[in-house]
Amino acid sequence: MTEHTPLWEVFVRARRGLSHTHVGSLHAPDAELALRNARDLYTRRQEGVSIWVVPAGAITASSPDEKDSFFDPAADKVYRHPTFYEVPDGVAHL
Amino acid sequence: MYGNDFSAPGGGSDEAPGGLLGEVEAAEAELRAAAARGRRGGPAPDEDLAAYFAEVVDAEQKIEPRDWMPDAYRRTLIRQIAQHAHSEIIGMQPEGNWISRAPSLKRKAILLAKVQDEAGHGLYLYAAAETLGISRDELVQLLLDGRQKYSSIFNYPTLSWADVGAIGWLVDGAAIVNQVPLCRCSYGPYARAMIRVCKEESFHQRQGYEILHTLAHGTPAQQAMAQDAVDRWWYPSLAMFGPPDGNSTHSAQSMAWKIKRFSNDDLRQRFVDMCVQQAEVLGLRIPDDDLRWNDERQAHDYTQPDYDELLRVISGDGPCNRERIAHRRAAHSDGAWVREAAAAYAAKRAGQKETVAA
Amino acid sequence: MNGPFDFALALADDALIAAQRLAEWTTRAPEMEEDIALANIALDQLGAARLLLSYAGEVEGAGRDEDALAYLRDDREFRNALLVELPNGDFAVTMAKLFFLAAYQLPLYTALAGCADQRLAAIGAKARKESAYHLDHGALWVKRLGDGTEESHRRMQAAVDQVWPYTHELFAADPAAPVDPATLRPAFDEVVGPVLAEATLTRPDSGWAPGGGRAGVHTEHLAYLLAEMQVLHRAHPGAQW
Repeated sequence: MTEHTPLWEVFVRARRGLSHTHVGSLHAPDAELALRNARDLYTRRQEGVSIWVVPAGAITASSPDEKDSFFDPAADKVYRHPTFYEVPDGVAHL
Repeated sequence: MYGNDFSAPGGGSDEAPGGLLGEVEAAEAELRAAAARGRRGGPAPDEDLAAYFAEVVDAEQKIEPRDWMPDAYRRTLIRQIAQHAHSEIIGMQPEGNWISRAPSLKRKAILLAKVQDEAGHGLYLYAAAETLGISRDELVQLLLDGRQKYSSIFNYPTLSWADVGAIGWLVDGAAIVNQVPLCRCSYGPYARAMIRVCKEESFHQRQGYEILHTLAHGTPAQQAMAQDAVDRWWYPSLAMFGPPDGNSTHSAQSMAWKIKRFSNDDLRQRFVDMCVQQAEVLGLRIPDDDLRWNDERQAHDYTQPDYDELLRVISGDGPCNRERIAHRRAAHSDGAWVREAAAAYAAKRAGQKETVAA
Repeated sequence: MNGPFDFALALADDALIAAQRLAEWTTRAPEMEEDIALANIALDQLGAARLLLSYAGEVEGAGRDEDALAYLRDDREFRNALLVELPNGDFAVTMAKLFFLAAYQLPLYTALAGCADQRLAAIGAKARKESAYHLDHGALWVKRLGDGTEESHRRMQAAVDQVWPYTHELFAADPAAPVDPATLRPAFDEVVGPVLAEATLTRPDSGWAPGGGRAGVHTEHLAYLLAEMQVLHRAHPGAQW
């Protein structure tokens, strides 16, 4: 509990021909684990997808229709997660 | 789309949650439509922020993470989403209890996948809560310290294999009825998380229903097992919708903020009406002698759950509260050395990279 | 003795018992993300076990399906290697077991994918990809634990010391089998050596090489595992689930 595990933003290319889309976020101590966790959590090992993970702290957000300054803790962290847009379909349940 | 417009309950095992799933799709379409309608820009420099917030909510637009929002709205959402996330994580335990003993390899695979999904749902929800400016570590600590709650239902024990079926049918069924309206919650990240969760949950309810259906049509011992499970899980499932409307502390404000769309009692009634027909198809009895159709109300009369029991369980005196939290604490503390190792390894590697770069 | 039956059964039992052990981690993993990862691997192993058991049942021709083979055999009839039935221990022991098993299963399934038996080849082709992922996951954690903190290094080294002797059984020669396990040893060593080195771990030099699993002579642990796994199925003979 002394140190927070970093937050990562996850982008998935669901199929060939589509661009990477933000699907959500997760915690992992490093990029390699973040990538593995992203695969398990957000694609459940679908074949043929491509995943990007980006440290949330490395993202600078512009929010044209949102007022950044009104949210104090936002200064050093990304709270602008458009979480769970356009989920890649066909997540296998079984 | 904004009235009490639940579609008709599904019929047999194949489409138990059918109508509700349609609502999830509708909520998703609505989300896209609201986004497409475009929205006015942020508030003008001298505009009243509370009025701006109310305008966005009234227009069925979504509030997004860095929008201004009333502190109480933020607190309410953090509390509700965190409790929801905790429920997913604690909820893995009662069913996880039967993975090792699942009676066929197919059932073992399905149950394992289901419990795994719940971990995933917990993570989606923690991520949604984090957009409100609190960290997952903080939320997990609140759970472990007993300062945040989770759904009371998971403090009941799973005593037989049929309980896995009853949890799928009744507990997941009640959860879906509760959650589907949340797909239209005014807070964007929560609404989107719920759409994804609800889509995956429909499989959970189906597998539970199928287990009970197989048992109810099996040997006498299996039938007895199934009925016993329904007898034990019925009233705790009704209690999942919370106290009656008159006693619900958070309801009115949450409805005004469009976090919540229907009252506890409305959702409970909806659930009872759905279950009656599904129980008939199962050939199992709902343990309520006063359950009957009321033509005037166009709904079933039913016996209320024991709300005193609900309060006792919520306050920590259910059959399994202590075990559930102790289990979670043990997993957390037993894993501390692993998390520390991963952090240390990451720090070493980052250090090496910097050395190389220099 | 029926060659292909015993071979398929040995592979199936490795996968089934590994799945049963991995699933024990559900709700107990060090991190919630890892809970999901371990369940994924358990599901892969369970899936492979079901395919292999069904095939073994067909080859045998005695009407036994996957469940009859999984639930109605006693420990002396199980053909898994001892490695997979060892208790989970701490996370380091589980990762040592996972890593060594995957480093054996990957070349095994890869070779199987090219064997003459078409059904086995198809199973090998599917399972091979999954094993590659298991190997990756195991190696990733062996490195982190081995080269993490002092405590994690101590635990990971102890785990390697404990589990390593059980790897030798995996490569016992069986020239008549569709894939002779002895031929897989070089590939195993090639993968394991560099990962252990990077993880600052050493292999024990003891010559102790416990075995017997392939002949149905197991550790004391297997009977307990089976008692739990089979109890409900056996309590209701002939029932459908």
